[in-house]
Amino acid sequence: MTNRNDFISREKFMAELYRYKKGSVTRRHFLGVTGLGAATAVLGSAMPGLRSAAWAQANIGDRVVLATWPNYHDPANFEAFTTATGAAVDVNVFGSNEEMLAKLQAGGSGWDVFVPTNYTITTYVGEDLIEPLDLSKIANYDAASYNQRFAGPGTVDGTVYAVPKNWGTTGFAVNTAQLGNNPKPTTWKEFWDITMADFSGRTMVHDYQLTTIGNALKYFGYSFNSVDTAELAEAEKLLIDAKPHLFAINSDYQPSMRSGDAWMTICWTGDGKQMNRDMPEIEYVLGKEGGELWSDFYAIPKGAPHMDAAYALINFLLDPAVNAKESLFHGYPTADARVDALLPAEVLNDPILYPAQELLDALEFGAAVTLTDPNRAELMARFKSA
Amino acid sequence: MTTRLRTILLLTPAAAWLLAMLVLPLVVVVVFSFGERAAAGGYSAALTLENFANLGARWAAFKNTLMLAPAGTVLCLLIAYPLAYYLAVKADPKWRTLLLILVIVPFWTSILIRSYAWIYLLGGQGIPKLISTLGLGNPRLINTPFAVLIGIVYGYLPLMVFPIYVSLERLDKRLLEASADLGSPPWRSFLQVTLPLSMPGVATGCMLVFILLMGEFLIPAMLGGGKVFFVGNALVDLFLQSRNWPYGAAVAVALVVIMLVTVTAYMRFTRRWAGGRDDVSLM
Repeated sequence: MTNRNDFISREKFMAELYRYKKGSVTRRHFLGVTGLGAATAVLGSAMPGLRSAAWAQANIGDRVVLATWPNYHDPANFEAFTTATGAAVDVNVFGSNEEMLAKLQAGGSGWDVFVPTNYTITTYVGEDLIEPLDLSKIANYDAASYNQRFAGPGTVDGTVYAVPKNWGTTGFAVNTAQLGNNPKPTTWKEFWDITMADFSGRTMVHDYQLTTIGNALKYFGYSFNSVDTAELAEAEKLLIDAKPHLFAINSDYQPSMRSGDAWMTICWTGDGKQMNRDMPEIEYVLGKEGGELWSDFYAIPKGAPHMDAAYALINFLLDPAVNAKESLFHGYPTADARVDALLPAEVLNDPILYPAQELLDALEFGAAVTLTDPNRAELMARFKSA
Repeated sequence: MTTRLRTILLLTPAAAWLLAMLVLPLVVVVVFSFGERAAAGGYSAALTLENFANLGARWAAFKNTLMLAPAGTVLCLLIAYPLAYYLAVKADPKWRTLLLILVIVPFWTSILIRSYAWIYLLGGQGIPKLISTLGLGNPRLINTPFAVLIGIVYGYLPLMVFPIYVSLERLDKRLLEASADLGSPPWRSFLQVTLPLSMPGVATGCMLVFILLMGEFLIPAMLGGGKVFFVGNALVDLFLQSRNWPYGAAVAVALVVIMLVTVTAYMRFTRRWAGGRDDVSLM
């Protein structure tokens, strides 16, 4: 009988897994003590894609700066990228597309990669703030495997400026344990009505004009993208009436929903999934009238200081194996069929990630005009300062 | 080297710094404030007064700031004065340094992180839960003007404590003895000797806290839930969200003008007050 001590017993493994799930130990500790980290590293280095890629041989520098959204990446993937290339990923997190645009307009952002949403890309092209992509440097991007509905907005006038990251929806999350005698809301009309009644002081809306104004427009059945002054005036009245009943105007709603301070919030797919995973009473709802369907992209701003590292990072993250890990971590689907093939069936059948067709059909992509329309911007500001 | 040349040389770094860091940005802000918002946001050159004519649309933000900034300053003063008095006059000298360090310790961590702690403390799982467990009602604290006021006092208290402490610490104890010898009870000595002599510290502390509060945006954003809106928050929104830089510049110019007026009036007032007390400032 050998007396090996370089493996871990089944009981010890389960105990460590349980500790990791409870949050008592870090991922690093868990991977180290169970040997999974070493196993992953060996598997990773054995992957031909990682070794033969051009960027692994070339020196891409020691840093790449990424501007992205909250709760939107698996940090383990960044660590793997740094291990493979020597470039550390410097992550900046943003709350709205407007803020990203403002930083790029002001100049000197220092970003190498950013994550714009579908409807903003034409504006970036028009303002000459975005670099046309050299697809030969993104070998992992296979246009044919992508759903064109979500990949399309990355191409402007035949030039590819951005490659798809994830897509998703904007609905609302509601803590069903707090509903009392109310039926579960299924429409935006009910969302706003219950906010001004039984949920007074418990609802959150995004600090983001597109979704907050858009879903107020939905109360009246108008387009999510309306810039019609009469329709916007009605939406403004609703927002001002609802404001005293709101818990907060903030795009970072998970902490308040989880603590029970807030009971309902405008919500994106992945946040809905993350909350529902931990607290099943928080359900994710798509308003029947519609709302937003969106697709986020990886793009490179004009004048990116570490251009090679930018291409390397995008290529790395679009590797289907890496992308699948991202998806499992943050709960946003990708538009890449190769990634879907790697995901377990329960993810592919999850109604939060992949809503029923009739709910999807009612949704609209954001329109470019909403990003720059002065009336919508000023309406949001008036609502906030009211 | 002549004295004159030496003076010029010594002042050059400060002058260059002020020119580059204060005057130039201010000129840009003033120029922008007469411009127009470009089609996709940002600045486009123009010469219009429209941005200033529209200032009324941010009246709520100015009103909130002009109410909560003085309220926060007064609250800071009421809490800081007894504390500074204790530290400077009553505290055992062997503990004094330690106590002073305790006042500064919070500054070692970013206000952002400390505000997150307050979000938890004032949220439903924090102090309100304690109060309702004790059966004392079910208060809502987070995302109210009260929460913002707590955050302000918490964040700015040291800035009020230190100037007052310094002025009290330098107080000549013999003046108090003299006052007592002349038959004055302690409360009267405090009102007629200690308090007037500590006024420079009070004035400095109030000015420091008030000026910083007028530009505050972090605490209202975090503890006010985006519902308690300061001019600072309006500026952040105008530059980063709606990208109406000219209007943002006009709001900034208006804030600077309001500050100039209030601070000048305040300095006049305190100087006159001190002037009326020539008898004690003789020393």
